[in-house]
Amino acid sequence: MSYSRRDLLKKTLAGTIAASVPLSAFKFLSPAQVKASIGDANVRWAFVVDTQKCVGCGLCVKACKNENEVPYDAPVTRTWVERYVVTKDGKTHIDSPMGGRDGFTDGKIRDKEILPEDISKAFFVPKLCNHCETPACVQVCPVGATYQTKDGVVLVDRKWCIGCGYCIMACPYGVRFFHPVHKVAEKCTFCYHRITKGLESACVAACPFGARQLGNLKDHDDPVAKIIMNERVAVLKDEYGTKPQVFYIGLDTNVR
Amino acid sequence: MTEELVVHGLEWTTKQLFVYPNEFIYWSIQIVMYPYMTGLVAGAFVLSSLYHVFGQEDLKDMARFSLVFSLALLPVAMMPLMYHLQQPLRGINVMFTPHFTSAIAAFGIVFSTYALIVISEIWFVYRKYFVEQVAELKGKDDFGSRFMSVLYTILTLGAFDISDAAVAKDKKAVKILAAIGIPVACFLHGYAGFIFGSVKANALWMSPLMPVIFIMSAIVSGIALCMITYIAIMEWKKFKAILARGMGDQSVLHIRGVEMDVVKKASRYLLGFLVAAISLELLDLIFRGYTAMKSWDILREVMYEEDFVKIFILQYGLGNLLPFILLLLPKLDIKRTVVALLLILFGVFMMRWNVVIGGQAFSLSFAGFMHYHIPFWPHNLETYKEGVFGALTVAATPFAIFWVINKVVPSLRYD
Repeated sequence: MSYSRRDLLKKTLAGTIAASVPLSAFKFLSPAQVKASIGDANVRWAFVVDTQKCVGCGLCVKACKNENEVPYDAPVTRTWVERYVVTKDGKTHIDSPMGGRDGFTDGKIRDKEILPEDISKAFFVPKLCNHCETPACVQVCPVGATYQTKDGVVLVDRKWCIGCGYCIMACPYGVRFFHPVHKVAEKCTFCYHRITKGLESACVAACPFGARQLGNLKDHDDPVAKIIMNERVAVLKDEYGTKPQVFYIGLDTNVR
Repeated sequence: MTEELVVHGLEWTTKQLFVYPNEFIYWSIQIVMYPYMTGLVAGAFVLSSLYHVFGQEDLKDMARFSLVFSLALLPVAMMPLMYHLQQPLRGINVMFTPHFTSAIAAFGIVFSTYALIVISEIWFVYRKYFVEQVAELKGKDDFGSRFMSVLYTILTLGAFDISDAAVAKDKKAVKILAAIGIPVACFLHGYAGFIFGSVKANALWMSPLMPVIFIMSAIVSGIALCMITYIAIMEWKKFKAILARGMGDQSVLHIRGVEMDVVKKASRYLLGFLVAAISLELLDLIFRGYTAMKSWDILREVMYEEDFVKIFILQYGLGNLLPFILLLLPKLDIKRTVVALLLILFGVFMMRWNVVIGGQAFSLSFAGFMHYHIPFWPHNLETYKEGVFGALTVAATPFAIFWVINKVVPSLRYD
């Protein structure tokens, strides 16, 4: 058997192309995955936090730190949980040691012992970036390093951020900080690297009580969209006009 | 401290009551220095314009000096920002890829425009001098003279015409540039105020009055710094004249006379701007108390309890009221003026401190406080940059630059 030079080149090229097509190209994607990966305007990521379900275990904070490589022992975090204890004298006691990473097992709040019989109500409130509709951080970034994707998620370009801290100052929710290793502005991304692949965000996946949910606001069949449309939900610090996209079920007036 | 725990701000921030986990004093001493130095630039320029635009002849010597001094201060206005950036090598991105919805990005453009105006104005003021120097140094053979000759030839930019008509044109150009410069200088500093005033998340900064307050205090500090530097230089000249010719010599008396005349006139302008600055700051304070927004509770606690000494004793008392009285009392002399000017400079610095640090003294939760402990002895780059020594470096730089510029442009000659 003999090949002409032309045939040899043609067959080599065809073989190379065939071999280079990865098997993953034949993977079937869910509609949500397709929508997410092309980042089209039919997706608007939104978050629901059910404060009535949160028990302050801190698994979400741990999972977030591990998933997003925020140094575990550094006192900064992309998401945190606050404990609120309202005593019968009307005072509100709040704390969030290490962002609630290790849960709340101590009866003391900032070295003050609170007796169970004095408590009128107590609850936990998870916090994270609100991925606002009109984000103040994006407005003030002098180089455009922090930006909003088509599907509403606010991200930071680590290669472009100059580390001025203006976005940290502009955020009314205090969710931003400087990454201790990368020395640039850092914050929750709704685990964009996961949700655009059809996965759950790390904190949602870690929550055993379903206190956190992430979904597509523009999909009327999405459970998260249904909650936001049909139930009584509230947002944090509405007065700043940033239009937060993290919605809370059972938000208390004491929540800061 | 392991690498993992090098959290920006952790070193100098202490927290009290409930503060969000990510909150620290992120904008530290360098961001206090930034509006302070920018204010000095703008103030020095406004002072020089009083002569160039409004023809205040008795400020002629001070005007020439303060114009050159504002050039020396110019690069230093950017220096604290560079010191503060976590990624200083990327700082230039603000100029190359500006994001126009950001107040800081627009500040870069205003700053560059202003720099061009100052440099052009200085060129027109000293062009005749450059040409004269080229002629004077011609034929001299030593290295220093040859170097200066080349430098002055370059500085003339080829414009050697020093006929009366050409010099008259220069003067006209100076007047026009100074006139354009006043609003740009005010805009420059107003913009520094806007950077703070537009941060809606910060209850203390969020005020439309912020840019105007910044402009007024900038002019006050600029005039005070120019006056004090002018006095120091004149005193040095007087001292040299006394050493050379004795106490009662005519030249000593002449220097003393010129110095006191200029100082008295300038202190009158200073008083005027000081009144305007204090009025605006008090108006802001009263307005906040009267409207008593949701944030007022925490602001009141910061102002009247946590930061009472810094605001009411150091800023308003020592920095405003006392120098005001010192300058108003009759028989003003140089020593009393110097004390008053130093206090004014201190007062404006405290105003910047109380705005920048005071604005971060309370948590966004409105339920806790943060305290800033400025690093003194540096033990790493961060504690140098954002500590006492970093601030001192920034404060000393304009004087070094002025010394160099003054070798080429004699801003202190009076004739």
